[in-house]
Amino acid sequence: MKIGKMTIQETEDEIVEEFEMFGDWSEKFEHIIALGKKLPSFPAELQLEENKVRGCQSNVWLTTDLRDGKIHLEGDSDALIVKGLVALVLKVYSDHTPDEIINTPLTFIQRLGLSASLSPTRSNGLDSMIKKIKFYALAYKAKMNS
Amino acid sequence: MSSAATNITPLNITSIREDFPILHQKVHGKPLIYFDNAATSQKPQLVIDRINQYYTKENSNIHRGTYYLSELASNAYEGARDAIQKQFNAEKREEIIFVRGATEGINLVASSWGRKNLKAGDDVLITGMEHHANIVPWQQICIEKGAKLKVLPVDDNGQIHIDEFESMISEHTKFISVVHVSNGIGSINPVKEMIAIAHKHNIPVLVDGCQAVPHRKIDVQDLDADFYTFSGHKVFGPTGTGILYGKEKFLEDMPPYQMGGDMIKFVSFEHTTFNSLPYKFEAGTPHISGGIGLATAFEYVDSIGRENIEAYENELLHYADEKFNEVDGIRILGNTKNKIPVFSFVVEGTHPFDIGTMLDFEGVAIRTGNHCTQPLMERFGVSASCRASLAFYNTKEEVDNFIIALNKVIKMLK
Repeated sequence: MKIGKMTIQETEDEIVEEFEMFGDWSEKFEHIIALGKKLPSFPAELQLEENKVRGCQSNVWLTTDLRDGKIHLEGDSDALIVKGLVALVLKVYSDHTPDEIINTPLTFIQRLGLSASLSPTRSNGLDSMIKKIKFYALAYKAKMNS
Repeated sequence: MSSAATNITPLNITSIREDFPILHQKVHGKPLIYFDNAATSQKPQLVIDRINQYYTKENSNIHRGTYYLSELASNAYEGARDAIQKQFNAEKREEIIFVRGATEGINLVASSWGRKNLKAGDDVLITGMEHHANIVPWQQICIEKGAKLKVLPVDDNGQIHIDEFESMISEHTKFISVVHVSNGIGSINPVKEMIAIAHKHNIPVLVDGCQAVPHRKIDVQDLDADFYTFSGHKVFGPTGTGILYGKEKFLEDMPPYQMGGDMIKFVSFEHTTFNSLPYKFEAGTPHISGGIGLATAFEYVDSIGRENIEAYENELLHYADEKFNEVDGIRILGNTKNKIPVFSFVVEGTHPFDIGTMLDFEGVAIRTGNHCTQPLMERFGVSASCRASLAFYNTKEEVDNFIIALNKVIKMLK
């Protein structure tokens, strides 16, 4: 076990390793659903249009703030599986510097080998969520440099 | 849309399923259960073979060649038009326009008829269960012309009411565009009665027949529809095909929709004379293999028998309806008895996306989302639903297995 904060890549590798332990798809889903259930839902006052990452089929909400030069992320979704995946994206990307987020593409979702419907697409809103995180990272970076 | 109780031959589903090669495969290790027929239907081998034969032996451009192959292709394509004219009992072959699908059919009429005839203060009437393709083209031409789009309400059972329909017609109503069968909830609308009422007021009617044509035999003269359109891929034909039927008197009066080759008679840099019907509305090289394949799809459906299909699908509808209603926490949107086997549903405490995603791993293909009917979903107070839509190649056994999978998935999500 590594002491201190893991890099984005290390967290991704850890997640992929974790998923390799599961046998069939239902075990993988049970795990994702458990993660979704564990992630606290946004209070109604945060389920705002401005925090919404609109997907075709499910909604994702995202908030960001800068803490000691690192971006802290919180997220939620109305679909449980998407919420579980949001929890994983937060685990990977939250509390990293803008540079780390900008320079490290997210690969773990594809590596989990779930299905096309769970890859970051327009339909589940994950695609827009990741784009939005990158966008915030660029904006925070510009703000920090100014 | 009635069927005689006599002359019904029970379908041999095992043999019918043999005609659809795609059905015999495993998805995520489970036998495929294809319940997304309202989105698109699967293709019988006969259609696949016909398209293959076209590209293997007949491919060439139509209507212009002086050579053998072009004559072969032209005859096959125009033969397909004749077959489709017969299939829909249109009075004339000139009334059958090949389009890319119902979306193009509706856009053609909204754009061509609408631009010429609509003006400020006019109304266009649609229903609350239209597909986006029968909302947006009318909405946009209304905005352009300063006309108003009026919407006939849908009741809690997912039905529209004739008296309410009649009461919404006024001297401002210039056009009516209605869906024959709802893609969202499967309700069959009384379009023949609606057309009769509209015609008392001299208002032309377009019928979006996308979900009706795969399930019922359509007679455009019996309906007295002024326009009737559908997509070929939903009726076991190729994607990118469709038909717009229009009464000759309307089509003659309408300006061309797209300009290009094949739709002209004479072109100079200053002036163009347009071709006659149906070619006036068929600019450019068409989807030749698609049109031929579409006619073959109807040939296939006829070989099974429309009445036989309807009888079997009704049996499947009632069987599935009972099984669906037994699922704990399920709410089926629209519960009219007069419907096709389409089940739009939500399950208490679950999100449709989660259900659809997990059913995929059970080999089940259904649609989740708003089914391109956002206003209809809103009408039922949901933003999305799951939709299982069945065709005549589906079985009761598949319904049983679907329910087992659905219950398993719901249990995991709760």
